[in-house]
Amino acid sequence: MTDRAWDQVPGHVSTTEAFGETTIVVERDALVDACTYLRDEEGFNFLSDVSAADYLGWGKAGVSGYIGTPAGRNLNDPMTQGYQRLPEAKPKRFAMNYHLLALYRGSARRLRLRVWLDNAESVPSVVGVWPTADWHEREAWDMMGVPVEGHPNLARILMDDDWEGHPLRKDYPIGGEPVRFSNAE
Amino acid sequence: MTVAPERARIYEGSRIPARVPTILEVSQELRDTGDILEVNFGPNHPSTHGVLRLVIELHGETVVGLQAVIGYLHTGFEKNMEQKTWWKAITYAPRIDYVSFQNNELVFVLAIEKLLGIEVPRKATWMRMLLAELNRLHSHLVWLGTSGLELGAISMFWYCFRERETILDLFELVTGYRMHTRYFQAGGLAEDIPRGFYPECRKFVESMPAAIEQYEGLVDQNQIWIERTRGVGLLSAQDALALGQSGPVLRASGVDWDVRRDEPYLAYDQVDFDVVVYPHGDVYDRYRVRMDEMRESTKIIAQCLDRLEDMEGEAWIADDRKVVLPPREELHTSMESLIHHFKIVTEGYRVPEGEVYVAIESPRGELGCYVISDGGPKPWRVKFRAPSFVALEATATCLRESLIADMIAIVGSLDTVMGEVDR
Repeated sequence: MTDRAWDQVPGHVSTTEAFGETTIVVERDALVDACTYLRDEEGFNFLSDVSAADYLGWGKAGVSGYIGTPAGRNLNDPMTQGYQRLPEAKPKRFAMNYHLLALYRGSARRLRLRVWLDNAESVPSVVGVWPTADWHEREAWDMMGVPVEGHPNLARILMDDDWEGHPLRKDYPIGGEPVRFSNAE
Repeated sequence: MTVAPERARIYEGSRIPARVPTILEVSQELRDTGDILEVNFGPNHPSTHGVLRLVIELHGETVVGLQAVIGYLHTGFEKNMEQKTWWKAITYAPRIDYVSFQNNELVFVLAIEKLLGIEVPRKATWMRMLLAELNRLHSHLVWLGTSGLELGAISMFWYCFRERETILDLFELVTGYRMHTRYFQAGGLAEDIPRGFYPECRKFVESMPAAIEQYEGLVDQNQIWIERTRGVGLLSAQDALALGQSGPVLRASGVDWDVRRDEPYLAYDQVDFDVVVYPHGDVYDRYRVRMDEMRESTKIIAQCLDRLEDMEGEAWIADDRKVVLPPREELHTSMESLIHHFKIVTEGYRVPEGEVYVAIESPRGELGCYVISDGGPKPWRVKFRAPSFVALEATATCLRESLIADMIAIVGSLDTVMGEVDR
């Protein structure tokens, strides 16, 4: 499959190849059309996974002191848990990744379909294209707080129904559950 | 944008519920009869394989409404792994699915290695394959034992756990632990394979086919077993694909697909084994697939042993001092080794920026691991594609028009491990 073919995907923005995997980014509004096209025209009959990712604070940890920070080498903080070089900036905070698989005997083609989203920006549901997306999208909402538009049953799935916040977001603290009673009071 | 109703219907003859694919809804007509009984099943019930809760609505003995409720075992593994260095996060992976621990460990280590671009010695590759297949046997034995127990074949449990015990002893011999072995490191294995392992494992491989025949002798001709499993919990090939089913559930619905053969990882392209496919998509065929898969796994283990015995004395881990711990004895004589050891243990190694999705065939199906690295010492995001999670999406389709007594057999046949479902 050459890169040219991916241009035909509705709403196509960009195609990247890395680590032997292809990622294509599509526009948010064209997601359902892109999915339908990939399923019917390209044969991606199987949705493996839907993974949301939060890029809040991406590349903010600073460059490692051992190599040198932008401000210079910090001798008091050598080899802090930073980067050797700053990672590439991301266009928006959230990414919804759809891992597709063309499942036929003797061959496996995989593709990652991605949509970039701002905070609280909703993504159209693909349950109508692959029914298995039902729980995956509920998980993305529950864990990352990505609203899924048109989902037939968008309820929390892993956390309690009355849970506040979305635990896998980068601004959700570790040990962040509310303490109802404590000895301090 | 909403889902177009005509698109929501996948194809003719589908058993997937229409509005929500994972919920069986009672029709208003039936509800108006006032004859519907709502039963809450679980989360604490001996036959739910952990803490699965099913809210079912009955019309007489027939299941007409069903909703699976999960999340009771949510532990936040993915969030925790983001807080640990790559090196330490490997410890979390096996605990996600506590029945097929080594496969979970394997998929995460493979993802790290793909990002690192590190070359793994062949001895480590073959040993990983051997342990992954032993682990598949372990998982299928636990499934067969507990599912048999639920259907009244109590003695099945004792026989299966007899072989399971031998497998756990083998794990202990190699890794020092019976479960959650954490034997795979990025770059290879944590320790060399002990000498006594090969003869012990060979003894097990030779005894296993007879044991499988013994299990089949217990239930295969058993009228009760056949009546309770044949034609129960139907799932067509198209429904299985649409619902993302994988592994034995998919192959029991007649789809000839196995990651080990069609997208080979480790050295699966160099071993001889058959992919087991059965056509009917019922509980009986899922049982048949797992039984035959145990035989195939035994075959693979024997081939791994043949290869491994020729590799005596070879390296079991890559010699890359930026990622792999230096040999213990060097720490007393080499300053550089001591520094490398200290840095890897305290701070961890850095994994190049990027993202990968690695899929392997776990005993329950396609186990995927999506990993994002920002180039720092900790994973930015780890997401597991848990086959059990997806398998539970099929409960509403499989249980359609079935009797309440069959529910136990059907849910059991999907082989879900709640630790993996809830993560």
